[in-house]
Amino acid sequence: MSDHEPSYHPSNPFSKWMDSRLPIMRMMHGQFVDFPTPRNLNYMWTFGGILTFMLVVQIVSGLVLSMHYQPSDAEAFNSVELIRRDVNYGWLLRNIHAVGASMFFFAVYLHMARGIYYGSYKAPREILWILGVIIFLLMMAAGFLGYALVWGQMSFWGVTVITNLFSALPLVGTGITKWLWGGYAVSGVTLNRFFSLHFLLPFVIFGVVILHIWALHVVGQNNPTGLDIKTKSDSVPMLPFAIMKDAFALAMFALVYAWFVFFVPNYLGDADNFIEANPLSTPPHIVPEWYFLPFYAILRSIPSKLGGVLMMFGSIALLAFLPWLDTSNVRSTKYRPIFKWFLWAFFFSVVALGYLGGKPAEGSYVMWSRVFTLYYFAFFLIIMPVVGLLETPRKLPSSIMDAVLGGGGGPTAANAATAAAEKR
Amino acid sequence: MTHTYLKGLACLGVALSLVGAAAAPVLASGGGDAIEPQHWSFGGIRGHFDRPQLQRGFQVYKEVCSTCHGIKRLSFRNLSEKGGPEFPEEGAKGLAETYKVNDGPNDQGKMFKRPGRLSDRIPSPFDNEQQARSANNGALPPDLSLIALARKVEAEHPFYALPYFMAKDIVTGYQEGGSDYLHALLTSYRDAPPAYKMDHGHMVAMTEADAKANPSLPRCASITSEAGADDVCNKMAEGMQYNVAYPGHQIAMPPPLRDGVVKYADGTPGTLENYSRDVTAFLAWAADPKLEERKRLGLMSMLYLLVVAGLLYGAKRRIWSKIPH
Amino acid sequence: MAPEAKTGTALPPIGHGEPTRRDFLTTAALGWAAVGGAISLWPFIQQMNPDASTQALSSTEVDLAPIKEGQAITVLWRGKPVFIRNRTKDEVEKAANVPVGDLPDKGAQNEALADRAPATDQNRTKKGHENWMVVVGICTHLGCIPKGQGLSDQRGEYGGWFCPCHGSTYDTSGRIRKGPAPRNLEVPPYEFVSATKIKIG
Repeated sequence: MSDHEPSYHPSNPFSKWMDSRLPIMRMMHGQFVDFPTPRNLNYMWTFGGILTFMLVVQIVSGLVLSMHYQPSDAEAFNSVELIRRDVNYGWLLRNIHAVGASMFFFAVYLHMARGIYYGSYKAPREILWILGVIIFLLMMAAGFLGYALVWGQMSFWGVTVITNLFSALPLVGTGITKWLWGGYAVSGVTLNRFFSLHFLLPFVIFGVVILHIWALHVVGQNNPTGLDIKTKSDSVPMLPFAIMKDAFALAMFALVYAWFVFFVPNYLGDADNFIEANPLSTPPHIVPEWYFLPFYAILRSIPSKLGGVLMMFGSIALLAFLPWLDTSNVRSTKYRPIFKWFLWAFFFSVVALGYLGGKPAEGSYVMWSRVFTLYYFAFFLIIMPVVGLLETPRKLPSSIMDAVLGGGGGPTAANAATAAAEKR
Repeated sequence: MTHTYLKGLACLGVALSLVGAAAAPVLASGGGDAIEPQHWSFGGIRGHFDRPQLQRGFQVYKEVCSTCHGIKRLSFRNLSEKGGPEFPEEGAKGLAETYKVNDGPNDQGKMFKRPGRLSDRIPSPFDNEQQARSANNGALPPDLSLIALARKVEAEHPFYALPYFMAKDIVTGYQEGGSDYLHALLTSYRDAPPAYKMDHGHMVAMTEADAKANPSLPRCASITSEAGADDVCNKMAEGMQYNVAYPGHQIAMPPPLRDGVVKYADGTPGTLENYSRDVTAFLAWAADPKLEERKRLGLMSMLYLLVVAGLLYGAKRRIWSKIPH
Repeated sequence: MAPEAKTGTALPPIGHGEPTRRDFLTTAALGWAAVGGAISLWPFIQQMNPDASTQALSSTEVDLAPIKEGQAITVLWRGKPVFIRNRTKDEVEKAANVPVGDLPDKGAQNEALADRAPATDQNRTKKGHENWMVVVGICTHLGCIPKGQGLSDQRGEYGGWFCPCHGSTYDTSGRIRKGPAPRNLEVPPYEFVSATKIKIG
């Protein structure tokens, strides 16, 4: 928030000299030390920090893997095996990067679900939210390009299926696919350019993440009540309060991450990707990585190819319009007795689509995919605007502090607590 | 707050195990061709390889499998490296020398053959795919370096029980689907049933009982089936074997193992069951030679992270103790 | 008027008043630079299209003599598999008798013919060589390779090809009959250079 007074006082001559030339320490202090954080944040608010950590992990592990990886159709799969077998700690780096991609998406889905549940996209956080949607899109691109690099059967056929989606576009479709492939089919030429782009994208993501954090620090964090910070008692300084909570959550996340890296590294992958890519043989079931399954289910639920492609991209693009589709004047779903049920049904249908995306497109699976796809779109386009207008929200607490104390505390306790917080 | 979370987690756990318990009998009676999870010494979070077993497994590979299947991602040196069969280095060297390896060109520009060295890859039986296919009736024996990871058991769980089975596999560190499949494949050759019918694009064997109950079913038909006729019965294709564990049940590989084909030096009985287990363990190591290092480092990392998380939790509690939140 | 612009030699204010020759020059210079900038993007976009060595592999000759009736081979053409099947008399007859009105895709998908040519078996083969079916072996749904070339392969209920990815079923003329694929298998440009030899591309 812009209205707080930074308490940065450079103490030694160097920091004073620096402060009058590049006040970066002043900025860091203002943004990450005494930045006011709502006192009532729950653990769902720790995923921002976790995601930043994951981005750094992916960039660092990716960089070192690129020192051993060879982006050619003859050598790509062999070099991955070289990394797994012969490079010192190569197996560890490969697991960190491959499992890391899944963990990154796991965290981002929870981060997004939290944003939707507590109305974090609503004014004045529209730009913050849209930057998040852009990061999500870039992540999906990076995940897809990176999965291709393994050059196993599932990599190769996943690339074939997804790049072929562009051929559905009228007139320019086949030209675009040929341009993407650099040939008449997916080949080593395609792999090489995917490697270049996969290397570039994380840095683009990093840039947009900085904008995302900047926007966050202009408008301040949302919180479970959805109320704005009104008085100083509503917030605590970021250090040590929010930082320590983030650190504990990060350690818990790291425990889960490490479990996958060391004990079930291939659980989230596909056995077919341990077979080298073969352009003349298609695996019986082509399934994307788990984090794409809900969108893959939407794609397949539409009988027309172009329609399926448009619906799939539409389902993600729709997220960017959330701030204007939600007509309620209350942010947090906690105070929305009717919308709450629709929202949980929405979360359920995304999980259901994920399940259906991993099943063959036949029989009742197709029917259910259509049902849940329909609900996905109806939720955003009909339920969200209509329920927002019709619903009477529950009574909001008068302030964040009021919500924290519930009925139990009383003003004296509140003051004492505030005093304690300010003393630090 | 914390208590609500814990209670929620506990409820979820109980619900999941109830669903799992309810679903389990359904599965047991359901699939006739279900592949049973086996006990493997390298399974689970504290798993490690059994050296004598890997050594026996290599013997089975060398004496039986290697006539058709390569294992090109292994070098001779790997056989004596830590975490594997750990043959003495002299033994691995002697073994390498029994192979002839392509090298060259020499000073006259000719390619030549020389005895293998520790640093050489284990040579494959065929030089290329075409040679392998022509020697095997058109079928391609796959390289076995990664086979234990490149195969899986297709478990069909009802959707409501899926979270339970997913959680179970993750928590118990189950990664041996490929090994379970290989063991099942090697021990599941049976006499071919009298008839098949087509079901969703797969050939499904009909049992004797089915055939008796349906005497009108044709005993054979051309492979080409006409529109709408889903139940056309098929003959097994020429040169194919019947295997209940193999998807589609028709496999080109003749039964490779039977009791007594390999003589073990360490006195382990030469049974199909033992051969199959030993060679599967060997292939599991070949696909994942860093398994032991990974699991050992994993345990230490988990311990370290638990301590970090505990300390951070204490610090966080203390900092927030006077702050209502 | 900016305070400095007191004499006639001072800079004229930008964006106000009548367009002058100087404004025109500025616009022209910026416009010219923009055109150059746009043109210089072209090499950066065009480099991603197939390179000369890839384009050079654009035609392939195939000897058909060894393929007996009922057999099929797959050849690579521009990195894509091309299915060549020597169909039996029975299959040719059946394929020719399918009414075009029954087909999901009524277009011949033959590069040698006009876009509107109907998907008759004649329009998908060469006259006098009706037993030879030559199609690009890539499913028109999402680019998988259909099964049906091997004698023991599953060919689907129409006896042609069956795509294992999403269940598209093609007949012996390579026409889509069932499943999600939108179009018939593409007939590549080819010609008979002799009685038993074709040149694809």
